[in-house]
Amino acid sequence: MTIVFLILAALTILGTAAAMSLKNLVHCVLALMLGLLGLALIFLQLGAQFVGFTQVIVYVGAVAILAMFAIMMTRSAKQERLGKPSSAVGGVLIAFLVFALLAWSFVHGIHPQAQTPQPTASVQQIGDALMHRFAVPLEIVGLLLTAALIGAGVIALDEREGAR
Amino acid sequence: MNPLTACVLLSSLLFAIGLAGALTRRNAILVLVGIELMLNAANLNFIAFWRFGPNPAAMTGILFTLFSISVAAAEAAVGLSIILAAYRKFRTTDLDQITALKG
Repeated sequence: MTIVFLILAALTILGTAAAMSLKNLVHCVLALMLGLLGLALIFLQLGAQFVGFTQVIVYVGAVAILAMFAIMMTRSAKQERLGKPSSAVGGVLIAFLVFALLAWSFVHGIHPQAQTPQPTASVQQIGDALMHRFAVPLEIVGLLLTAALIGAGVIALDEREGAR
Repeated sequence: MNPLTACVLLSSLLFAIGLAGALTRRNAILVLVGIELMLNAANLNFIAFWRFGPNPAAMTGILFTLFSISVAAAEAAVGLSIILAAYRKFRTTDLDQITALKG
């Protein structure tokens, strides 16, 4: 546990907490990008370089921009109506109870182990594993992404007369 | 503190933030973002247990995280297009006012 990890963890928590609590939805997505960038840096610090860069490309680059497009297209940037205060208190209470249970079990359940050296996961090793041990899951994910591409296009299509 | 414990504590805090957002926000897009945060917390768990686990040479945690990221991206694309389709009918993304999905 180093000072770098603490700084990155603080960045991640601040960004995601701001993303879930700000009023303006555009600001929410910008804070989300900051938080996900912090998480990608934590992945890099843990030695998973490829996953860290994938996180930057997929989440910071694609998913956040997709959410931004959805906010702009639905003109909902500033008109979020707040729910009843009682429901907000209930949601935060449930989340806090879940966190307390998880934290209690982790603090009591994980025994300290010997320091292990930083494992390596080069892109060549990952590609090797994807082509041999994980070839079938890779094909299934490709099929899933194709189906999601076609499905998202069909669902979002405007079916009204003369809309296109 | 044990580095593995620090990682899983950060991941459970991230999960709790995503859960609180998904339960309290009324805008459908932000609820989807909260679900993405919960998936990211699971990814951090995979990476932490790969890094500090007994057999990192098998790289199972890394590959599971890569598959999980691609499934989450597909889920975000389909979810946002469903939100767009619902917005076209109800003219709002407020989850309290979207009461049916049948077009």
